[in-house]
Amino acid sequence: MAETCAVVGIGQTKYSATRGDVSIPGLLREAASRALEDAGCGWTDIDAVVIGKAPDMFEGVVMPELYLADALGAVGKPMMRVHTAGSVGGSTALVAASLVQAGIHRRVLTVAFEKQSESEAMWALSRPLPFAPPTLAGAGGYFAPLIRAYIRRSNAPDHVGIMVGVKDRENALRNPYAHLHIEDISFEMVAESAMLWDPIRYLETCPSSDGACAMVVADEAAGDRSPHPPAWIHGTAMRSEPTMFAGRDAVNPRAGRDCVADLYRQGGITDPRRQIDMAEIYVPFSWYEPMWMENLGFAADGEGWKMTDDGSTSFQGDLPINPSGGVLSSNPIGASGMIRFAEAALQVRGQAGEHQVDGARLALGHAYGGGSQFFAMWLVGAEKP
Amino acid sequence: MSDTDTVEPVRSIRAPARLEYRFTAGAAQSRFLRHLVEGKILAQRCPQCGKVYVSPRGACAADGVATREEVEVADRGTVTTFCVVNVKFAQQVLTIPYVSATILLDGADIGLMHLIQEVEADQVHMGMRVEAVWSPPEERGPTLESIRYFRPTGEPDAAYESYREYV
Repeated sequence: MAETCAVVGIGQTKYSATRGDVSIPGLLREAASRALEDAGCGWTDIDAVVIGKAPDMFEGVVMPELYLADALGAVGKPMMRVHTAGSVGGSTALVAASLVQAGIHRRVLTVAFEKQSESEAMWALSRPLPFAPPTLAGAGGYFAPLIRAYIRRSNAPDHVGIMVGVKDRENALRNPYAHLHIEDISFEMVAESAMLWDPIRYLETCPSSDGACAMVVADEAAGDRSPHPPAWIHGTAMRSEPTMFAGRDAVNPRAGRDCVADLYRQGGITDPRRQIDMAEIYVPFSWYEPMWMENLGFAADGEGWKMTDDGSTSFQGDLPINPSGGVLSSNPIGASGMIRFAEAALQVRGQAGEHQVDGARLALGHAYGGGSQFFAMWLVGAEKP
Repeated sequence: MSDTDTVEPVRSIRAPARLEYRFTAGAAQSRFLRHLVEGKILAQRCPQCGKVYVSPRGACAADGVATREEVEVADRGTVTTFCVVNVKFAQQVLTIPYVSATILLDGADIGLMHLIQEVEADQVHMGMRVEAVWSPPEERGPTLESIRYFRPTGEPDAAYESYREYV
């Protein structure tokens, strides 16, 4: 039986295209310091550090955790690095939580980051594979065919993807940390933006951001004494599946469905649409909102797009999705999953400011990565489990 | 006045990185690659689920068993889904726009990624029947690039139900 644990501190940097004012260690230090301040504790109160980022090839710094230990106060403490591609921010938080749930540590600092201005993700994700034609064209090139298959399978109208692109950028206007603040965002602006990876338009795509996100995960005693309301962890789950196997449903992957089933079982969720108040999910391309609505059991197969279309997922809807603006508004890749987890926690702590969802008591944080084969999720609540 | 007041601080430097590696294709894929030189596409059937893998990797990732039975599959098939790439990026080899497609070869149970050409990008569609355009025999090597690209055959489209499980 896992020990009860909670998020007691959250720190985010301002996300932007270029944080030229700080180095990579400085960027992490900024997020971590804010998380410690929020938790009302100092560097010496931290027992261990768990860090995550997307592939080292992005910034070209191999095993950056080694030189980042100093900036994160981890010298002489256990430090661990997590790798699960785009889902890594979520998986990193789960590894931190597991160290507390297992009773090994009382307070763990977890940090995830990307500095895309010092990186070239599009290049790194488009290297020709040996013995194959050079068809790869970044993450969009991989996910566009899956989106096309989803649209065909569900007969969703074209405007649904555009609606998500508008909604998440409108949400971002209420989040001071968000990278994109497009004041005059409109349906027409998204619809008329360039078709980059048909059927994905420019404004249906996430930006390239610099940024870091950090959390302090603590045991029950530390949670009870925390200066701000903690977010209690009600469930954690990770699953993965191979990228390529005959019969794989890459549009609605089995690993995601299994992962969320485990999560709901732990959290006693039998009717997610009614029991869960809001969710922060990993939507790097607009169509992934309706696709994940189905994978996460919020909608029946083929019906996810209707939740976007009828406004259910909007800030005022019955299941607000990504009130922070989501990955579509801020994408420091390695941190993007952790931001989802942290934003879910912020909501149940009542600390989300202008993008606070009224009455959010139970929230889902979700991340996915690789070729839709890595999944990480947690369920956090205002009350103890 | 000291130099530090007049010299702009260094904020970043360019540090070129190079990565060299040796890739071992493995027994199953090596046989597949050698057959491409002869204009043949070699696949492997899983003894458990019966699915036909191309390119073969020597094992079925779903069942976790070795796939020893070799079968030849056709060099024509169906476009199950695709992307029209219209993004420029560093060291891009192809000229945009180009179509990168998942092609379900006749006789296979998993899609193969390749290029679609000899047709306007906006004419490519799901279910389109396509065939391999091979390099001349003397130019072929042990690589999928021995197939230069796929092009439409002109056959009627495949029924959606025949390929919907293979995207």
